[in-house]
Amino acid sequence: MEDLSASFILALRLIAGGDEELREIVALSLEVSLASTLFACIVGLPAGAFVAIRPFIGRRAVIVTLNALLGLPSVVVGLLVYLLLSRAGPLGQLGILFTPQAIVIAQTILVLPMVIALARQFVDDAWHEYREQLMSLGVSLARAIATLLWDLRYSLLTVALAAFGRAASEVGAVMIVGGNIDGVTRVMTTAIALETTKGDLPLALGLGLILILVVLALNAAVFAVREWSLRRHG
Amino acid sequence: MGWNIAPFIRRLTVTWMVAAATAALLLASAPVPAQDFITVASTTSTEQSGLFKHLLPEVKKATGIEVRVVAVGTGQALDMARRGDADVVLVHDRAAEEKFLAEGNGVKRYPVMYNDLVIVGPKSDPAGAKGKDVIAALKRIAGAQVPFASRGDNSGTDAAEKRYWKAAHIEPKGSWYRETGSGMGATLNTASGMNAYALTDRGTWLSFKNRGDLVILVQGDRRLFNQYGVMLVNPAKHPQVKKELGQKFIDYLLSPAGQAAIASYKIGGDELFFPNAGSGA
Amino acid sequence: MAKPPIFPIDGRGLTVRFGRVTAISDIDLSIHGTRRLAILGANGAGKSVLLRTLHGLIQPTEGTVTWCGSPLRPPDQAMVFQRPVMLRRTALANVQYALDVHGVEGNEREMRTREALKRVGLTAIANRQARVLSFGEQQRLALARAWALRPRILYLDEPTSSLDPTAATEVERVIHEIQVAGTTIVVTTHVLGFARRIADEIVFLHKGRLLERTPVDRFFSNPQTPEAERFLKGELPWDGISRRSFGD
Repeated sequence: MEDLSASFILALRLIAGGDEELREIVALSLEVSLASTLFACIVGLPAGAFVAIRPFIGRRAVIVTLNALLGLPSVVVGLLVYLLLSRAGPLGQLGILFTPQAIVIAQTILVLPMVIALARQFVDDAWHEYREQLMSLGVSLARAIATLLWDLRYSLLTVALAAFGRAASEVGAVMIVGGNIDGVTRVMTTAIALETTKGDLPLALGLGLILILVVLALNAAVFAVREWSLRRHG
Repeated sequence: MGWNIAPFIRRLTVTWMVAAATAALLLASAPVPAQDFITVASTTSTEQSGLFKHLLPEVKKATGIEVRVVAVGTGQALDMARRGDADVVLVHDRAAEEKFLAEGNGVKRYPVMYNDLVIVGPKSDPAGAKGKDVIAALKRIAGAQVPFASRGDNSGTDAAEKRYWKAAHIEPKGSWYRETGSGMGATLNTASGMNAYALTDRGTWLSFKNRGDLVILVQGDRRLFNQYGVMLVNPAKHPQVKKELGQKFIDYLLSPAGQAAIASYKIGGDELFFPNAGSGA
Repeated sequence: MAKPPIFPIDGRGLTVRFGRVTAISDIDLSIHGTRRLAILGANGAGKSVLLRTLHGLIQPTEGTVTWCGSPLRPPDQAMVFQRPVMLRRTALANVQYALDVHGVEGNEREMRTREALKRVGLTAIANRQARVLSFGEQQRLALARAWALRPRILYLDEPTSSLDPTAATEVERVIHEIQVAGTTIVVTTHVLGFARRIADEIVFLHKGRLLERTPVDRFFSNPQTPEAERFLKGELPWDGISRRSFGD
C-alpha cells in the first residue's frame, strides 16, 4: 500500500514537473500508437466492411481465420517483424529495425485483425438495414463500403479506440522490434518494463498511472462524442 | 460554398490527408537522420547499471556520435551482431566473444573495463555464505538448499554463474534453485521477493531499489571480476556496418578520456566500472 | 445521352423460393409505361417479393425479368420501402446522396434537391438530421429522394400503411404528383381506399399466384375470382404462406 501511494505522488510530481524525458516518452508512445491505429483503420475498416457486404467463396474461412488471429500472441508478431526487418532478413535493406517505424509496423499488424473483425461485425449488423435501399439506388460496392463506414463512424470510433488501447499497451513486440533504445524507441510500456526490472517500482507505477490516465482520457473523449452524436443524429 | 466533388471522393481525400499528415508527423518525430549514429548491442545489466546514461553524452560531446544502445542478454547481443543488426558489441563474456571472433563476425576484441560480481542474500545468511570465497559460498548454499535465484538466460552473468557451479563440482538442481530466464533486475526482484541468494553485478545492485531484506554477502574474490570486451562487427561480412563511426567509438572508449569517463560513473560515491584497456584481459 | 429503354418490363414465369417456402409462383406480368399499378393481396400473398423481383432486387428462383427484352437492369428506377432508410446526415444530404450515386453534380444536383424537398413540403427541415425526423417526414423524404432521381418507374412498398391519416394523405398527394410528372407507379398496399384512388389497374395476388389483373373500377365492383371477393369483404387478412415481410 505504501508503494502505491508513493507512486501516486511520484506520478503527480512527474506530470506537474513536465520532466522532459517523460514528455518525450509519452509523446513517442502516443505517436506510434496513433499511427498504427490509423494505418490499421485505413486498411482494416474497408476490409471488414468488404467481408461483411460482399459474399465470396471462402468467406466463412476468412471470418474464422480472422477470429483466430485475434488470439495471436503479440510476441510472435514481434519476432516475425524482427526477422523481417533484421539486416539478415528480407527487408533488412530498409534499415528500420530499432526505429519507431518498426514499432508502428509491428503494432499495426497486431491490431489489424481486431479492426477487421470488429468492423465486420458492425457493418454486418447495419447492412441488414441498409442493403435494400442502397441496392435500389444502384450503389457500387466501393461506394457502399464508404457509405456504411461513414454512417457508422461513431461506432467505428470505438473500434479505433479499442485498437489504440491494444497498441498502446503492447510491450513484448515493441521491445523486440524497437530495442527500447533510450531517447529513440523507449515508449511508456517498455519504460515501465525497464524500471520494473531495475527495481524502481514507484517510478514504474508512476509511469503506469500516466498511461492509464491517457487511455482513460481518450475513452472519455470518445464517449462524449458518441453521446453528442446520438442526440444529434439519432 | 458547397463542394463540387462527390462526397465519396471528398471523404477519400480527407482520409488520405489525415494519413499523410500522420506519416509526416511520424517522420518528423523520427530521430535526427540516419548518418551520425551507431547501434551498439550491449547487455541489460550494463544498461540497468546506468552507465550508458552517464557515458553516452560524453561520447557525443567528444566524438559527435549518437550511440543507440540495444540492451539484451549477451547471447542475444552477439546474435544481433551476427545478423548485422548492430555496429559494435559491448559484452562481458570472454569465451563467447572469442567464439564470435573465431566465426569471423568481429574484427578485433579490446578489453575496456571490468566490474565485479557479488553474491547477495538475506541479511540473516541462513547458508553461512558470507566471506570472500565465491566457490565456498556456493557450496554452502547448495548444501543448505536455501533458495537461489539464477538468471538462466544465456547472459554473461549467467555464464559466469555456471562456471562457478562447475568449479564447485555442483550441478544445481532442486526446488531451491530457481531459474528466472530473465534479466538481472527481474532476477533480483524475484530474489528479493523470495528472500533468496543471487549472483549479480555490483552495478545493477547499486541501482537496484527493491532490495527487501537482501545485502551483499560475498565480494572481492578475484574470480568475481567481470571483464568487458568491445568489438567492431565485421564489415567484410556486413557491408552496411558503420565501420568508421564504430571504430571511432571504440577508440574513444579506449582513450584516456573515455577511460576516465567510465571511471567517473559513481553511485553513492562508489565506482562501478574499472577501466582496464590495454591490459590484455 | 441515350438511356437504355425500360419498358415494357416483362416478368415471365416468376417463381421465388426461400428454402422450402415459395413466396411467388409462376407469375407473368408486363408493365408498360404510364400505368398506375396497385398490387393487392392478403399479408404473405407475395406482394413485396413480386415488387422486389420486378425492381431487380431479388433474383427469381425461376423465370426472368427483362426490360425491353434485355436482361440488364436499366437505371432510372427507384423504390420506396415500407420503412424508410436514411443515412446519418441531414435530410438535404440524403437527397444529394442519391443524386451523387446517379452522377448528378454541381448546380443541377442542388437544384433538383431543393425542388424535390419543396414538392414534398420538407424545405423547412432540410438541414435537420434525417434520422430524428418523424416517421411520416422520413417517408416523405424517401419520396423526395426518389423524385429527385426522376425515375421512369417508381416502386412503393406499402407507402401509407404505417402512417397516420394526415401523413398518409400527404404521401398520397406526393405520389400522385410524381405520377402526373410522368413516372410509372407500381405500389403494393393493403389500404383499399388508397389503391382505389391511386391506381388505374389492380393486380391481385393470392398465395403467391397472380389471380387477377383488372382495371381498378371493375376489380372493386365486380371481382372475377372468389378469393378476390373474399379479400374485398375483409375475410382474407392472413394468408399464412410466408411470414417474411420485407421492410419489417
